Amino acid sequence: MTRRAIRLWFLVHKWSSLICTAFLLMLCITGLPLIFHDEIDLLTEEQPEFGMSGVGSSGTAEGLLPLDEMMQRALANRPGEVPVFMAFDNDQPSMTVTTAPRPDSPAAEMTIQSFDRSTGQQIGMVAESDGGVMHFLLQLHTDMFLGLPGMLFLAVIGILFTAALISGVVLYAPFMRKLDFGTVRVSRSPRLKWLDYHNLLGIVALAWMLVVGLTGVINALSTPIEDIWQANELADMTSEYAGREALPPARYGSLNRAMAQARTVLPGNNPQFIAFPGGSFSSDHHYAVFFQGDTPLTERLLTPALIDAETGIFTDARPMPWYYQALSLSRPLHFGDYGGLPLKLLWAALTLFTIVVLGSGLYLWLVKGESSSRAHLRKIEQLAVPAE
Amino acid sequence: MSRRNKRSLPLRAIFAWPAAIFLVGIVGLVSALTGDGWRDGLSWLALAAPVAALAWAMRARRY
Repeated sequence: MTRRAIRLWFLVHKWSSLICTAFLLMLCITGLPLIFHDEIDLLTEEQPEFGMSGVGSSGTAEGLLPLDEMMQRALANRPGEVPVFMAFDNDQPSMTVTTAPRPDSPAAEMTIQSFDRSTGQQIGMVAESDGGVMHFLLQLHTDMFLGLPGMLFLAVIGILFTAALISGVVLYAPFMRKLDFGTVRVSRSPRLKWLDYHNLLGIVALAWMLVVGLTGVINALSTPIEDIWQANELADMTSEYAGREALPPARYGSLNRAMAQARTVLPGNNPQFIAFPGGSFSSDHHYAVFFQGDTPLTERLLTPALIDAETGIFTDARPMPWYYQALSLSRPLHFGDYGGLPLKLLWAALTLFTIVVLGSGLYLWLVKGESSSRAHLRKIEQLAVPAE
Repeated sequence: MSRRNKRSLPLRAIFAWPAAIFLVGIVGLVSALTGDGWRDGLSWLALAAPVAALAWAMRARRY
């Protein structure tokens, strides 16, 4: 590599890093506790005792209450509201019902109730707008309380992070030309010490940082991804309904019948959630029953079955398009919640690596920024120290 | 500095360990996605590689 090329890559590395470092530090610090979201909830919240422990609410086991009855109970607690989502669990009889003032209400106006489908008991109710410290951290991490513009901004930060990683790898070569892998020179100067740690931690955590960075970008683009699916594939699946007036909630038909119909189309698969008409995951006329695949990998890849919400007649079912499947796989790969507690601990360790890389990078830039005479002096001091 | 009495390493040597750790990391990130049990175990081992590399470097390559 020519000196000129190195200089250019260095400029890319310096500026892409400088712009994103502060935000990445925020993301790492808020992300650390979010890795352990489930464990923290388990410790801080009272755990419900289920009527039929270990029976998934997504199944068809004897004793699970009908979906229509569960919906009635949920709506009775929220008079005047309409259903938006109903979501299921494969491991426990717990399920959630999301309601809102209108079918297309923004998320901030929604209320989520959890129920035990085996007893009909309400387990909890939270408004989307308040959820304690973890919810605050999640909002800060997702959009910095700025909604869609905040998410898109963080997507740009993620792209800059990727540019910093790639330029960092390119610069690793000239920096390590005369050093064995893993060398950390701690006794010369703080600058050399942190330069070596910066290079070492950055290069060993590269795969993880790239994957978490890029899946973060995809997650940050979830709103446009959902919009594109709704405007294209979903519109295509429901084209015969185009131009019809939206179905009013008073004319919504039976959920039991709709679910039974959907199960005959996709037998053997578990439903993850039902999206109601007028929301961002359905048309204005359908119950969209989103089924999971039947293997561990395809469990995250969804196929919606669209059932006419008034008549209960099946309209169409198609797997989600590739860009939505990419979003579905980006969630676990970003959150680190797919391999038990050991994986979460490694996720935390690699987040700490990233924090050190960011901090040392910032330090190296600040030290470089000192006057040239002092830098010159330091160079002489370094030369005075004998080589190892 | 040691730079004066040592010749430049070829790119292959510079990137041998980083490339190995990178590939192992990708395998680890994917394997737990494809199922539970040994696939989770493999991902733990694979993603522990960066931590192991740091521990080794701090013991064996710290001057």
